[in-house]
Amino acid sequence: MSLDTAEVRTERTERSGGRAYLSLFKALGRGWIRDRSQIFFTILLPLMFMVLLASVFGSGDTAASRIVAVGDVAVLDGADPDAFTVTEAGDLDEALAMLRDGDADAAVVQDGATVRIYPSATNSTSGAIAEGRLASLIDDVNVEVLSAAAPGEPVLETEVEEADGGSLRPIQYLAPGILAWGVAISGVFGAAGTIVDWKRDKLLRRLRLTPASVRTFLGAKISVNLVVAVGQTAIFLAVAALGFGLRLSAWTWFAVPLVLLGTLAFLAIGVVIGGIAQTSPAAAGLSNLVTMPMAFVSGAFYPLALSPEWVQAISYLSPMRYLNEALQSVVVYGEPPSAVLPQIGFLAAFAAIVALVSWKTFKFDEL
Amino acid sequence: MDAAIEVADLRKTYRGRRTGAIRAVDGVSFRVERGEFFGILGPNGAGKTTTLEIVEGLRKPDSGTVRLLGRSPWPHSPELTGRLGVQLQASAFFEFLTAREQIETFAELYGASKARAAEMLDLVGLAEHANVRCEKLSGGQQQRLSIACALVGDPELVFLDEPTAALDPQARRNLWDLMRSINAEGRTVVLTTHYMEEAEALCDRVAIMDAGRIRAVDSPAGFVKGLDAPTKVTVAAGQLSGERVQELAAGEPVAADEAAVVFETRDPRKLLTALASDGALEGLSVRTANLEDVFLHVTGREWRG
Repeated sequence: MSLDTAEVRTERTERSGGRAYLSLFKALGRGWIRDRSQIFFTILLPLMFMVLLASVFGSGDTAASRIVAVGDVAVLDGADPDAFTVTEAGDLDEALAMLRDGDADAAVVQDGATVRIYPSATNSTSGAIAEGRLASLIDDVNVEVLSAAAPGEPVLETEVEEADGGSLRPIQYLAPGILAWGVAISGVFGAAGTIVDWKRDKLLRRLRLTPASVRTFLGAKISVNLVVAVGQTAIFLAVAALGFGLRLSAWTWFAVPLVLLGTLAFLAIGVVIGGIAQTSPAAAGLSNLVTMPMAFVSGAFYPLALSPEWVQAISYLSPMRYLNEALQSVVVYGEPPSAVLPQIGFLAAFAAIVALVSWKTFKFDEL
Repeated sequence: MDAAIEVADLRKTYRGRRTGAIRAVDGVSFRVERGEFFGILGPNGAGKTTTLEIVEGLRKPDSGTVRLLGRSPWPHSPELTGRLGVQLQASAFFEFLTAREQIETFAELYGASKARAAEMLDLVGLAEHANVRCEKLSGGQQQRLSIACALVGDPELVFLDEPTAALDPQARRNLWDLMRSINAEGRTVVLTTHYMEEAEALCDRVAIMDAGRIRAVDSPAGFVKGLDAPTKVTVAAGQLSGERVQELAAGEPVAADEAAVVFETRDPRKLLTALASDGALEGLSVRTANLEDVFLHVTGREWRG
């Protein structure tokens, strides 16, 4: 008899535990959706960065070089229109003014056998690209002339093949990079902001006095963040694929467990920040202080391989680096999950260590 | 049957880096019977909230014991918390939810129905504001919603921590009616307040707390009676001659200035009859001792609520 009652009670408690979880999940999820600032910071802001950076980095290296020809420049006659857009200027001063205004990448003057190149200093990258292309165009013309003079003399030919499964277009590092950054800001800001809110409004304290356990509540809160992260991933990859032509690999689905693991690591960082900060502005400021440098050293905005060595060295300390690398391998290069096990290991270890630190340093009395 | 609350010798010291050790609760014991309306009265910083938080099970005391409805509030047990209703000083709400969503969420946590949630919203007069977001409610409305959330689980024991602080007088009176009706339904109510007149108007018994200790516990009437203080009778000056004033005072203290004459008497009936027959009732006021005098008497300090 008494056993029966005990069983009934356990069953009821368990069922109400599940129901409590659902109602808390619903309440917190609703709150998240209605919070416009959350939607802005976790979805719109990173998307804006992706669009902006993809457009900035997307132009320049792939577009045709804009050349201003001063007078008659014979060497440009055989130029490939995919590589060069040629306009003409009346004199050198006019051409140089165009360079200064950023309207051209290089000016060219041909004086008999001398071709004088003025690469743009305003946009030095495009200037250097234009200079290189012009030099190789002149070499081609020279080779043609010399071959005609000495037929049968062998000349070296260059053939350029694409490595890394194709050229690295900006969207291929930007999509995983910005996704990793977006997941980081929603995790760090979300956890830190929530904890500061709880310090102010004592919601957690109130909930501790209901039949629902704190664990249920924290579980529901973390679940909301994980669902948000999966939503972010879907939106970002969809925009990258549909808007910027990113080809998604067959392993793309594996981005979901990666993002979930990353979110746990970033939530833990947010808990540490939330424990230190006393006000919302302080929490936001500290979160920025952590996520912005982390994004810059982790290759979120710019390929790590092209970054200075000291940046690459620091990047090993950043969980975003591992998330970014793993996402790029799986989503862009189509490598199987087994190829990113080291990254998964680092992320998991990072999440565990920071979670332990936050657990040990957190002052529950303040909530 | 167990008492609603039994507290023995609670102690809690906070150690701040700058402030040093502060004895927030310093040997507090009291007992609240079922069905009682019990008040903890004291100025800000007296230790009321810390005491309440320990009793509720939110904080662990350094030493001492607490029994709520016959069991310890620690560790957390759904069986016990399901029988408690709590309103905290800060309005603890889920952000961006409407009043209805708020109370329905709490209803689900307590295993109560949506009908019960709607009923509670109605009870506290918020039925018309059910679809308003919590942050848009006025201070008084938020306090009432918070009390509705405390009641939704049909609790036996209700804790209210300064529910009327920062409310205007009208909103405060409305809440008093609500609190009376909660107690009238048979629920035990524990109220902390720093308003004398609130404790006097609502509580069956009041514990006067100051500097972490409970200085005295009694009913408001019992306190005043025990104080054995004289009644102060005031009339406007110029109606009585100086000789007559002394005569009426009959050796008891009396003070007179240009505006008023104040008698302190232990026989107010005799004095008032005499004043009436003299026709000197202009500007009459009669003031018996109240909790303010009790506080002064018990703590030796002026009330600075």
